[in-house]
Amino acid sequence: MAGPMAKRVAGGLVLLALLAFPLLVTLPHRRHVMIMIFLYAMLATAWNILAGYCGQISLGHAIFFGLGAYTSTTLLKHAAISPWIGMLAGAAVAVVVSQAIGFPVFRLRGHYFAIATIALGEIIQTLFINWDWIGGARGVFVPIRRPDSFVYFQFNESKQNYYYIALAMLALALGVTRLLERSRAGFYFRAIREDQDAAASLGINVARFKQIAMGISAGLTALGGTFYAQYILFIDAESVLSLSLSILICLVAVLGGVGTLWGPLLGAAVLVPLSEGTRILLGGGGKALDLLIYGGLIVLISVVQPGGLMALLRRAMGRAHQLGLGAPSRPRLGHDRP
Amino acid sequence: MTVEILLQSVISGILMGFVYALIAAGLSLIFGLMEIVNFAHGEFLMLAMFGAFWTWALWSVDPLLSLPLTTAALFLLGVLTYKGIIRWILDGPMLTQIFATFGLAVFLRSGAQFLFGVDFRLIQNPWIQGRISLGGLFIGLPQLTASLAALAAFGFLYWFLTRTETGLALQATAQDRQAASLMGIDTEWMFALGWGIGSACVGVAGALLAIFFYVFPDVGATFALLAYVTVALGGFGNVPATLLAGVIVGLVEVLGGVLINPALKYAVVFLLYLVVVLWRPQGLFGKF
Repeated sequence: MAGPMAKRVAGGLVLLALLAFPLLVTLPHRRHVMIMIFLYAMLATAWNILAGYCGQISLGHAIFFGLGAYTSTTLLKHAAISPWIGMLAGAAVAVVVSQAIGFPVFRLRGHYFAIATIALGEIIQTLFINWDWIGGARGVFVPIRRPDSFVYFQFNESKQNYYYIALAMLALALGVTRLLERSRAGFYFRAIREDQDAAASLGINVARFKQIAMGISAGLTALGGTFYAQYILFIDAESVLSLSLSILICLVAVLGGVGTLWGPLLGAAVLVPLSEGTRILLGGGGKALDLLIYGGLIVLISVVQPGGLMALLRRAMGRAHQLGLGAPSRPRLGHDRP
Repeated sequence: MTVEILLQSVISGILMGFVYALIAAGLSLIFGLMEIVNFAHGEFLMLAMFGAFWTWALWSVDPLLSLPLTTAALFLLGVLTYKGIIRWILDGPMLTQIFATFGLAVFLRSGAQFLFGVDFRLIQNPWIQGRISLGGLFIGLPQLTASLAALAAFGFLYWFLTRTETGLALQATAQDRQAASLMGIDTEWMFALGWGIGSACVGVAGALLAIFFYVFPDVGATFALLAYVTVALGGFGNVPATLLAGVIVGLVEVLGGVLINPALKYAVVFLLYLVVVLWRPQGLFGKF
């Protein structure tokens, strides 16, 4: 394994390269792929806080994404409030809703919890489809501003600003995760993940720390929702609240490596280009080749290496340096039974 | 709101309920055996429906005639899924167990989309069509056939589980893997058999649904979600109780549509799931 100094230098170089990327690459599509990598990595990182570190496998994170997107867009459309404020409002709404959801649902464990989050996601999607005031099944177009306006979070002339915003959001999510990893709450999260009953018996307020993990995760996810709305400029219940979005967020994290800081980013860096690549190759057309490969990869990784790509990477690096660090530890999640 | 509409809805609800029960029975059986939720259950149903559709489209064989074939194919798929995937994750973390079958679901659904496209397909002129009327109430013959056949299949499953030696061995394995193994039961084979039978249930249900329901890659999603609700109502692993639970789900779905709002009917069903698992996590009829 490389020394901490070399690691820091390498990390700095990568960050510099990422910051310089839009200055060197002007092709909109390349920039778009990078933006999508950052967005999905950020969403998966947020999901990872709840599922990876705290062991609560949510299959309904689209709820929070959708709340972020709908809150800022509705505020913008009906009250001309800047999406930046909308973004914070969306996060606040998502946090409040997450606490309201968490209160009953965290009493469930394992599969019961996972299915309950699916059920909640479906209920909320159904309600939004039938709620005409916020666009109903037709969806909402974000009013387009000309010229570009920072206040209104719209940069139609180039993707450069979106790029930096997405990168900043990813950095925020990773930073929060990093802080949590080292904080008392982060240790409590992992204790709950490993054995909820043991954690409770050590005096950890399990319900409270699950709620904290849920709130942080939901708030971050909602930021991504507002970004998506301002970037794509159209939202509807199918694109921002669907079960398939919830699953996509999980797949990115699971592929990369659940319960690790860099896993979600690694997963997004593999899956997003794959998805964009097959789309170019086959011209879209609803062929779903990208999802076919995702699904196969997820099955494979579950059977062969539940630690995800991060575990494979660590093992490869360990072997390269002949340090005999041993097999990387697999994340052991949710052995508890309902 | 007339009495006729209400009665008509109740009948439709019960008829669909039997089909839901059969789908859920397969899920419940597998869960009872090894505490794994097959998140690809709906996709298995979708494959069965496509199987029935293509045998009709290519060789004009009616779904009812090809039903044994569909069932056998799904049985095999279940056994293969166990041997190829599930066996390796049985003792793994729950996250792995969830995402292995979730990955399979995504794989199968997008595979069907890749091969067949997203079109909705319908079997034209099946053997059984039309309707009968009973004092102002109409019952679609395809629905009635599917419902009764599903009920018969459920009865057969119940007989098999409670009256045959293999069925009892399955139950024993579900109760205590180690003890069953000590009694000379080949638990490995029982697990594979459980997956085979659980998938065969959706094989039957898929062939029956194909008579009157659209066939498309996403068709399994709704049925699978309803099956989770049904299994939760009946109690995970409690196969006989899924019959009543299926009828309840069918009734809630239809009555929620009629009395509240058709667009919200699934939301009502999912709300039912949340109420049940929070109020009685062992299910309405669960024993533990």
